[in-house]
Amino acid sequence: MLGEICRGLWLTIKHSFKNRVTVQYPDVKEEMPVGYRGLHKLLRWEDGLERCVGCKLCSAACPVDCIYVESEENDPEAPTSKGERYASIYEINELRCIFCGYCEEACPVGAVVLGNEYEFCQDDRGKFLYEKGDLLVERTEDHPELHARYDEKNLLTYV
Amino acid sequence: MANLLIILGKVLVGFGGLLLLAAYMTWMERRVFALIQVRVGPNRVGPSGLLQPIADGIKLMFKETIIPAQADKVIYLLAPAVTLIPALAAFAVVPFGDSVTVLGQKVDLVLADINVGILYIFAMAGIGVYGIVLGSWASNSKYPLLGGLRSAAQLISYELSLGMSLLGVVMISGTLSLKGIVEGQAGMPYIVLQPLGFLLFVICMLAETNRAPFDLPEAESELTGGFHTEYSSMHFAVYSIAEYCSMITLSAVGATFFLGGWRGPLLPPVVWFLIKVLAFMFFFMWLRASTPRLRYDQLMGFGWKVLLPLSILNVMLTAGAVVFLG
Repeated sequence: MLGEICRGLWLTIKHSFKNRVTVQYPDVKEEMPVGYRGLHKLLRWEDGLERCVGCKLCSAACPVDCIYVESEENDPEAPTSKGERYASIYEINELRCIFCGYCEEACPVGAVVLGNEYEFCQDDRGKFLYEKGDLLVERTEDHPELHARYDEKNLLTYV
Repeated sequence: MANLLIILGKVLVGFGGLLLLAAYMTWMERRVFALIQVRVGPNRVGPSGLLQPIADGIKLMFKETIIPAQADKVIYLLAPAVTLIPALAAFAVVPFGDSVTVLGQKVDLVLADINVGILYIFAMAGIGVYGIVLGSWASNSKYPLLGGLRSAAQLISYELSLGMSLLGVVMISGTLSLKGIVEGQAGMPYIVLQPLGFLLFVICMLAETNRAPFDLPEAESELTGGFHTEYSSMHFAVYSIAEYCSMITLSAVGATFFLGGWRGPLLPPVVWFLIKVLAFMFFFMWLRASTPRLRYDQLMGFGWKVLLPLSILNVMLTAGAVVFLG
């Protein structure tokens, strides 16, 4: 019996010399893998026009109804998007969202994608209602990780 | 007047140090566990997490003391103290260093050098279990009651062997005073003469302090928290401080009886004493991280059928050796 206990003690002391597996989270942040489903982003084309054409397919695909879209006709002089219409209101309730990724699969223009951002705690439930301005990126080129999510050929079913 | 000051100083240093050490044992235990489990452990509060015990203490103080509706309030609230006070008092007879000169007087670094030191320690350890049994009984709840009963049974079974395991050293040194025993080890520590006694002592010590693999009184998987299931806030903290204090005291007893107490080359005596105690404590933690818990009947069988005969054998062998070899 003593021999067995000594064997056990030897095993545990060997483990204490191994490299730690703990990630010191706030100091060290791990890269999220490609395909991680975090906070939504609305992308733009290279020329700065919004991708979203206000078709509401994301809203229809959403299993928990957390996306609300209202669309308006584009002004022909100064279009907001490349289609006929654009989303005048685009809201996502991130508390209700289950991060299933159906919205990005439904989107025919690759406008809405789930990003790598996972640190969006708030102290108030109201702050989880993200509006268009909160979701829209300034320049899509600044977010290579969002671009790498899908092959554009598979994503863009419409354009 | 100077005498009184010295006594006060010794008491403050001794008990203050013991309580501080007990608090930091919680930190050490968590770090050692993390080390063995390939984790990091508490490292956020202060450098290397060294302020963690203080943060925990403050947190516990601000928690609500919950008293179960059917509990016997007076006994329920007093029981933790009944455990803590003997655990602290038992340390009084342990010499933690050589004599030093303070205010022109020679001061022995032991709070009270009484000639029945080891009996006193056992008496205190015996009282300590009352706190556990009373607390568990007064909680009026089934898990604590079972934990308390186990604790009482376990202590009775293992205290015998614990006493017997030290008897060999007492026979060789011819004194019950811990100071005398340290003096007797000037040549070599008694672990050389009493290897079996040392092994028995370490095993019984684990059982006596309710440490794994003998931590049945607080077996989480079957008794939730064991005897302190119903306790919260500082009353809970007092129980765990008492547990760590008795661990430190018994480690100190082990260091004094078998490893030569504060004796050691080069480093100051107090440092040697601390090193030996901490080595014991590290072994406690290492063992807890390595062994599963014994079943209750195994615990009892092991105590009565293996440890007690072995310790009696050790006493007889030592007695024979003392008589025939001098």
